[in-house]
Amino acid sequence: MSFPWAKHYEPKQPLMRWLDEKLPLPRLVYNSIGAGYPVPRNLNYWWNFGVLAGVALVCQIITGVVLAMHYAPNALVAFGSTEHIMRDVNGGWFLRYAHANGASMFLFVVYVHIARGLYYGSYKAPREMVWLLGVVIFLLMMATAFMGYVLPWGQMSFWGAQVITGFFSAIPGVGETIRVWLLGGFAPDNAALNRFFSLHYLLPFVIAGVIILHIWALHIPGSNNPTGVDVKGEQDTVPFHPYYTAKDGVGVGAFFLVFALLVFFAPNLLGHPDNYIEANPLSTPAHIVPEWYFLPFYAILKSFTFNFLWIPAKLWGVLAMFGSILLLFFLPWLDSSPVRSASYRPKYRVFLGVLLLDVLVLGYVGGAEPIARNVIMGQIASMYYFAHFLIILPWISRSERPLPLPTSITEAVLAKHGETAHAEPALAH
Amino acid sequence: MVRTIALLIGAAFVAALGFALFGTIKTAITDPAPESAEHVFHVHPEDIGLKSAGLLGKFDLQQVQRGFQVYKEVCSACHSLKYVHFRDLTKIGYSAGQVKAIAEAWVIEQPTINPETGEAATRKNVPADPFPSPFANEIAARAANNNALPPDLSLITKAREDGSNYVHALLMGYRDQPAELVKDFPGSKTPKGLHYNPAFANLNIAMPPPLTQDGQITYADGTKATKDQMARDVAAFLTWSAEPNLESRHGAGLATVVFLAIFLFLVWGAYQNVWRDQKH
Ligand code: HEC
Ligand code: HEM
Repeated sequence: MSFPWAKHYEPKQPLMRWLDEKLPLPRLVYNSIGAGYPVPRNLNYWWNFGVLAGVALVCQIITGVVLAMHYAPNALVAFGSTEHIMRDVNGGWFLRYAHANGASMFLFVVYVHIARGLYYGSYKAPREMVWLLGVVIFLLMMATAFMGYVLPWGQMSFWGAQVITGFFSAIPGVGETIRVWLLGGFAPDNAALNRFFSLHYLLPFVIAGVIILHIWALHIPGSNNPTGVDVKGEQDTVPFHPYYTAKDGVGVGAFFLVFALLVFFAPNLLGHPDNYIEANPLSTPAHIVPEWYFLPFYAILKSFTFNFLWIPAKLWGVLAMFGSILLLFFLPWLDSSPVRSASYRPKYRVFLGVLLLDVLVLGYVGGAEPIARNVIMGQIASMYYFAHFLIILPWISRSERPLPLPTSITEAVLAKHGETAHAEPALAH
Repeated sequence: MVRTIALLIGAAFVAALGFALFGTIKTAITDPAPESAEHVFHVHPEDIGLKSAGLLGKFDLQQVQRGFQVYKEVCSACHSLKYVHFRDLTKIGYSAGQVKAIAEAWVIEQPTINPETGEAATRKNVPADPFPSPFANEIAARAANNNALPPDLSLITKAREDGSNYVHALLMGYRDQPAELVKDFPGSKTPKGLHYNPAFANLNIAMPPPLTQDGQITYADGTKATKDQMARDVAAFLTWSAEPNLESRHGAGLATVVFLAIFLFLVWGAYQNVWRDQKH
């Protein structure tokens, strides 16, 4: 694994030497996030977001485990137990606001992390497995976030669960049976709440496991970089520690600053007022909307308003919604361009910019009233979403003429500083 | 292979969406959605400038206490406040002794069980009790309110968009139904037993106007109890009841943000230092 010039772990203290012989855990850490992992020297701040996602997961697990000590997963008392946490548990309001906003931070950070991968072609060979595991993590996160949102048993919890599990009833024939089986009843109730709690507690640890695989897979080829050009030699890399631990430290500081502003000064900004009303199966809220991070997918679901061919509108919507995420699994093979970084792909870069705007439009439509103007916007935006990945990208990756690539990372770095590789051959490392 | 299948799937989704888009546009032209009375006449609340609003807001305890008096003398006849306990009142400036007295004198008693006969009974409130509900259950509440259910008010300012301002706007919003409304939307005449109030989402609310005249209550602190004053004060109280830890949150937030800003500055310095002889 890794490059031949990677530093080797040499324990100096007798205790560490002893430990290294019996269980080489320090060695593992040294080689994966210590000085033993050589990383391209030119990573920009977009490369902070993977570590930030890991930090967010740790925050979620810590706040979540303590919340679970006070929360009661029973439909009769769940809402009240959340209020008990907010009012009577010492620091309970902090725990709950940190966990709820932590989920938003986590999803936000992962969206940026994915966008980084799209821009710099990190999904391409030789990092396909890193990407595939990433998409698995993303799916697990969505499931976890959805089930977590059900736990406080407010109106949006209940009706969100009703709508989302309702997707399964779109499956022809057996759909309704599957839905009832998943919920443990005809509508969300105690059985559903209990199993959601159980899974919500379990899945973050599954995510942690998949993250280990994700990083393991990453460390075989090593990190990508903003030029997308392979590492050619020792001068192209720096040891992860102290260089990127220091840079990630800056990212972590900024992350917690934004996080704190949300938790302490706008804790309900991203929430929905209806979730402060206890779940009531007899009263449907005027608008059922999911959390912000699901809105683009919700917009895709809602855009299929007419039956087409022999498939009913609802089934189209559900297929498209799942399809919009599952297509990410095929991305490494849909994009056949040998150039990774979009900085050297003039056309792809434009379409990617449009995609980013497109997803923002979908997010807006997902939360907006379904008046004709919004529905039309959502339909056009959904068309572009699928066209982008399934039609435009495969086509453009073959027809596009990339810009000339730098011959090495070092050359690109020096060019940025207005120097050439010849002007300064003795580049420090 | 992957790309051919992708192309087919992509084309199918785009075609289905194109078809739906065509349908949506056609319906929008031939059969546009009619405007609704709610759309035209609903009014959004105006800002009442509570001291607790804003980044470092603090409660005006004097005002919150007046609001509590409004709740006690008016709203508590119909609305419960079940997530708030009498003991919580110490946080708005009442002494432990005052709280004990308030609890004991509360008109509605706590449901309990007669220890001798085992029958349902009531007892006087103590500070550890939550505020008792004015009705035994939902059916009783509906029966007394024209089949509408007065919601619990503990969380009301967080359970409505722009909640603090909304409570004030709702209480001040009662008026006669405008003639244009009945003219333009003949189907939307306020039904019997409901009250026209454009601050309420569907314009017609089952709650009869609770604040009807200036001087309806006599404030302990001597403030003139105009309708508007009472509406503001009870909004302030309900803001506190929904978020009693607001002040400690703001205080802790300020300390945390200052700490993190210093931390960020230091790690940034460390980063500059580590990278000083590296080009990147
Ligand atoms: C006579 C009984 C009664 C009194 C007194 C009363 N209310 Fe209500 N209130 C109701 C009923 C009934 C509803 C439900 C209305 C509906 O759903 O149409 C309601 C609803 C509300 C709502 C929720 C409106 C919404 O957006 O759903 C608020 C807020 C409210 N009341 C505040 C107050 C305040 C503050 C007071 C005291 C100043 C008060 N009420 C006094 C009966 C009452
Ligand atoms: C729980 C969520 C996740 C965590 C904790 C996590 C963590 C990490 C970390 C620490 C890195 C290395 C640092 C970096 O390059 O930023 C990384 C790299 C990567 N991640 Fe993730 N990740 C998560 C989710 C995802 C998802 C959802 C995807 C894509 C769908 C993804 C795709 C990638 C890719 C492609 C790389 C390699 C990037 C490169 O080397 O340029 N990750 N991840």
